[in-house]
Amino acid sequence: MGMKPKIAIFDFGCCEGCQLQIVNLEEHLLDLIGLVDVRQWREAMSEHADDYDIALVEGSITRESEIPRLQAIRRQAKVLVALGACAHTGGVNALKNQRPMAEALQTVYGEQASAFDTIPTRPLSAVVQVDLAVPGCPIDRTELVEVVKALLLGKMPALPTYPVCVQCKMAENTCVFDLGLTCMGPVTRAGCRAICPSFGNRCLGCRGLIPDPNVNAHKEVLAEHGRTVEDILAEYRLFGGAEEERP
Amino acid sequence: MTSFDVNVHYVTRVEGHGNLQAKVRDGRLEECRWEIPEAPRFFESMIRGRAYYDAPFVTSRICGICSIGHTFAAIQGIENAIGFTPSEQTMLLRQLLIHGETMQSHILHAYYLVAPDLVGAPSVVPLASSHREVVLCAIRLHRLANEWCDLIGGRTTHPISPVVGGWTHLPSAEALKGLRERIVSELPDVQATVELFKAVGVPQFERPTEYLALKLPHEYAWYGGEIASTDGGLTPLPDYKQKVKEFIVPYSTAKRARANRTSYAVGALARVNVNYDQLTPLARQAAETLGLKPICCNPYMNTVAQVVEVAHAMEDALRIIDELLARGIHEEGYAVTVRPGRGVGAVEVPRGTLYHEYTVDEQGRITDANFVIPTNQNHQNIEEDLQALVPSLEGKSTEEITLAMEMLVRAYDPCISCSTHLLDVEFI
Repeated sequence: MGMKPKIAIFDFGCCEGCQLQIVNLEEHLLDLIGLVDVRQWREAMSEHADDYDIALVEGSITRESEIPRLQAIRRQAKVLVALGACAHTGGVNALKNQRPMAEALQTVYGEQASAFDTIPTRPLSAVVQVDLAVPGCPIDRTELVEVVKALLLGKMPALPTYPVCVQCKMAENTCVFDLGLTCMGPVTRAGCRAICPSFGNRCLGCRGLIPDPNVNAHKEVLAEHGRTVEDILAEYRLFGGAEEERP
Repeated sequence: MTSFDVNVHYVTRVEGHGNLQAKVRDGRLEECRWEIPEAPRFFESMIRGRAYYDAPFVTSRICGICSIGHTFAAIQGIENAIGFTPSEQTMLLRQLLIHGETMQSHILHAYYLVAPDLVGAPSVVPLASSHREVVLCAIRLHRLANEWCDLIGGRTTHPISPVVGGWTHLPSAEALKGLRERIVSELPDVQATVELFKAVGVPQFERPTEYLALKLPHEYAWYGGEIASTDGGLTPLPDYKQKVKEFIVPYSTAKRARANRTSYAVGALARVNVNYDQLTPLARQAAETLGLKPICCNPYMNTVAQVVEVAHAMEDALRIIDELLARGIHEEGYAVTVRPGRGVGAVEVPRGTLYHEYTVDEQGRITDANFVIPTNQNHQNIEEDLQALVPSLEGKSTEEITLAMEMLVRAYDPCISCSTHLLDVEFI
């Protein structure tokens, strides 16, 4: 089995919860380890090698010093996969972009602020070419397995282009708007089986916007339910804050 | 006399990024540092201005491994700020979900991150063929913990249904009965885990220090209570800043803390040291088998204390499920009335006491927040342990010394993502 695809797992600014979903594959992880050659995974392994074909990259770029590290990963990897919301859209990390960096640093580090390197949060795609994203906060384990299977077969997996509402209807959930909550489901990419509405909560939009979302219609619906412009922006910014900052 | 340098860039098998540095000249330790270069993420800045009900969703993203703990520290802090008292059913379910996370995190740490060192392997990957039954036992326990959290919280990482005021979704009585059966069926694997850790043992090293943990009068504390110290004394939660004094060092993006001494420790070992008498019978039996008695000052025993707490979490979960089934599950909603105020929440998460403090205005907006993370409270203690450990290893090879240092760091189960969330610094 000298032809096993070589995989490496990396992390930048994030909670590492998406890597945890890999561990949470349980028995499937053993199957997976049988099919691929894991070359490095700092969180789980001390073994380390720098030749890999597929890079699974978790986290956002939040420091100048991380840019060359990500570029080096890009040069080595044939396929670079953004793993989870922080890598894919900037995730909650982009909430910090709502305030000037100097202010955030001052609030947090006081007099020692100048010692710390921080830049506005960027998704990986703002720095290098990303071949594929596994969206979500955290990623969905089933979707991850599907993506890895497709890559092992040499195929490029396709993500759903329809919104969470479709899967929510199929799950026969009560509409979140009818529960008196606001919801990002109408504009958010499906693939999570509408897990948050299925547990009685609102969609937070962690999987990013669908292509050509009907944002104006969504804003009308939100406004019909008595939400102010400020509230609506807060909903969009929870996981989509970096979109506003993109050049 | 020996001279050597230890320089480990990014310690492996820990959550987040940490570097180890030691410089020994002629047998004398000149420098020993535990550096945290992890990217700061500014959560206290992010949460400002958001609605009170977003606090658990945003702060759970501080940490993928203890997201349930952050969720409940946030919920408790907000509820204390707005003056809301949760129902008994809500509290039982919260405790049940905390036990699920404790088990998930402790199994992950003890088996996947620490066990490879104890049998001389670089990771759990080769163990999958060399020690297959051990790995399968770990997977069975880990899978149970994940199913448990999925059932109660909707998801293990970044739970969905626990919210300020209660729950958006309740498990059915049938589902709870199913969970009860699954927990009972896994008790033999817990016994096997106890036997395994008894057989492999941990390195011998002791350094007396102070241990802090939450304390409640009638149960082993996980949610709220007072802050107890092995040096004596109880501190009410709202006064936590008088006990936990934070400071920063220039070579690290993570804050540190001290209490009575120059350093202290939190986590499973601290909890067992403070609350040993309140362990369940099964957990007490595990502690006796594993030779864990208060006050234990061997930091490597933290992993053993985690195994003891897995037994505790499972046995106590059976009690909670029985109580929930006897009471019947009732829809209660999660409506709250917002009033402005300040509130502190504290939860014993897998790695130690986690504090969240919030100030909420009349509109229910968060105007100020402060988080004190377990790993930050341990950083100074880790560094002082390392400074004591290295001279005791005189005569060993650099590789052996490096491994002993890495193992010590891993024993604390540091969660570095958590520790660099970063907030207001107060210079002490």
